[in-house]
Amino acid sequence: MSSTVVENKSFSLRFISSIFIVFWLLIAVFPFFWTFWGSFKVELDFFSKESWTNAITGIRTLGQHGEYFTGAGYEGAWVQEEFWKAVINTALVCLFVVCVSLTIGTLGAYALSRSGFRYAFWLLILALVFRAMPPITLVAGYLLPFFEWGLWGKLSTTVVVLVAINQPFTLWMLHSFFQKIPKELDESAKVDGCTSFQAFRYVILPVMWPGVITTGLFSFLLAYNDFAVTAMLLSKENQTMVPKIAGFLGTTQTEGNVMFAVASVVMATVPLFILVMFFQRQIVSGLTAGAVKG
Amino acid sequence: MMLFIFLPIVSVVTQSLHIDHEQVFVEVENCDFFGCKKATMVDPAATAELRAAEPLGRFVGLSNYFNRSHLATNEVASAWRDSASFGEFYDQVYNLPLYRALIFTLVYTFTVTPLMIIFGFLIAIGVNSLHQRLKGLVIFFSLLPMIVTPLIGSLILFWMIDSRGIIGSSLQSIFSDPNLSLKASTPLTWITLMVYGVWHSAPFSFVIFYAGLQTLPQDTLESAMIDGASRWERIRYVIIPHIMPLVTFVALIQLMDNFRVFEPIVGFNAAAHATSLSSIIYGDLGGESRLLSSASTTSVLTILGVIILLSPVLYRTWSGWDKKA
Repeated sequence: MSSTVVENKSFSLRFISSIFIVFWLLIAVFPFFWTFWGSFKVELDFFSKESWTNAITGIRTLGQHGEYFTGAGYEGAWVQEEFWKAVINTALVCLFVVCVSLTIGTLGAYALSRSGFRYAFWLLILALVFRAMPPITLVAGYLLPFFEWGLWGKLSTTVVVLVAINQPFTLWMLHSFFQKIPKELDESAKVDGCTSFQAFRYVILPVMWPGVITTGLFSFLLAYNDFAVTAMLLSKENQTMVPKIAGFLGTTQTEGNVMFAVASVVMATVPLFILVMFFQRQIVSGLTAGAVKG
Repeated sequence: MMLFIFLPIVSVVTQSLHIDHEQVFVEVENCDFFGCKKATMVDPAATAELRAAEPLGRFVGLSNYFNRSHLATNEVASAWRDSASFGEFYDQVYNLPLYRALIFTLVYTFTVTPLMIIFGFLIAIGVNSLHQRLKGLVIFFSLLPMIVTPLIGSLILFWMIDSRGIIGSSLQSIFSDPNLSLKASTPLTWITLMVYGVWHSAPFSFVIFYAGLQTLPQDTLESAMIDGASRWERIRYVIIPHIMPLVTFVALIQLMDNFRVFEPIVGFNAAAHATSLSSIIYGDLGGESRLLSSASTTSVLTILGVIILLSPVLYRTWSGWDKKA
């Protein structure tokens, strides 16, 4: 955006604002960098009693492994603690949550946006209430029936629950995207002899991708970041990454294998990093779309 | 969808009206100055029998809501009667688990929300004056604390503030107190959790405000400059009114998000010093003896809290919608 205003800011103001931004960047990025760096060290370096500089230089790591960097944490987490299972589970859960909620979401939201009734209001209210409600309050309700029916601990159950919790939000978001697609578009398709379904398939489907991708990103993030539901509803063998990491803390802190948890944390952060790198624009537009609409 | 949204709520409400008799308890209660501790023993044979007969437990009506670990009406009433000053009353109430959680949740919500709005606004102003090329990069890095899984983000910070971690040991050397630990004292734990909260959610307000700044009417700004408004006056009288609707939006979303604060408490291992409504539900559910009815009761109370918190917003949306229609 080209500014027509010629701003002649004083040097000090410019200086202060730059300092502030650098400061913020430091706060925002440094923890990630630090953890990434430290994950290649041994515990005595990363949590050093002598001096924090040990974590940078890695003296103990050199002593224990003969090198300044070691993959021991990763190896331990991956092989010994079977973190790869959690990775696969997370991938499965996220994939299915995104697919199912988008399928239901696109069809449902399209129908809602094309019907004249005031669904939108109730949808908005539902989405709001569900946004505000801690998911764990619902988990208490799920547990007993799931125990009774023997559904507890399975990945598929968790997918269904996550989809259900996320659905009002997905529907609402897609609904506002469909609302932006002019009605004339599918009307003209119908004039040309399309059935309703064909209109959706050949006319709406090709133009709705930006909205679908953004919504998909958010349901992916929800499934990926969820802790309350996955921790409570999955059995030990089926755990996804986040509860698995939380589980590490309970067991391994005493065994002195904090580095497994550190390494797993790094591994769980990498996909998010890549996601932000490629989909930054969609994430920002999704966030702000809510702001403008809401 | 209805099935999975409304049935659990119904189930939660039903469970909250029942009390566990799945396990036959032999309860020993020993009270000391700080409150009561219950030791329970389980009779396994009787438990199995009862569990098979009636999985829900026995019906107790609303008494779950009023017992000690929830609303604790009796305790609050007696505390009110007996305590001379408000401080004393507060101390007694603070020892009740639900009120403790409620106090923390509210303090957290109403501290973090304004702070992150201010912080996000400052970042947005700062980034907006940056060079075009730098902006993308800065936005990329700024998004990270928000996108990262809350539990993981809190763990990352938790390791850094560990007394052997970088921030923890730096603080120790700054205050030259080798025993300083952020985890050991309640106020410090609260502050840490709130700092985490601001760190985690400031990017959100930043992104929203930054988008708002992009739509700033340039001619208004220009005429303000011609009229001789200083930079501060421009921010105060042009920019802030322009993004005020966004502030309400961000505040609303963050109130909801902060009200359900949960993961950082698990991540920071802070349950001893700070509990939120969500984390006591988690504690009830995750324990050995899955206290379903207790968790359900807290859940119902939390949902009521959410509704109370949201009611002004819902009302406004309602009336706004009517105007539009």
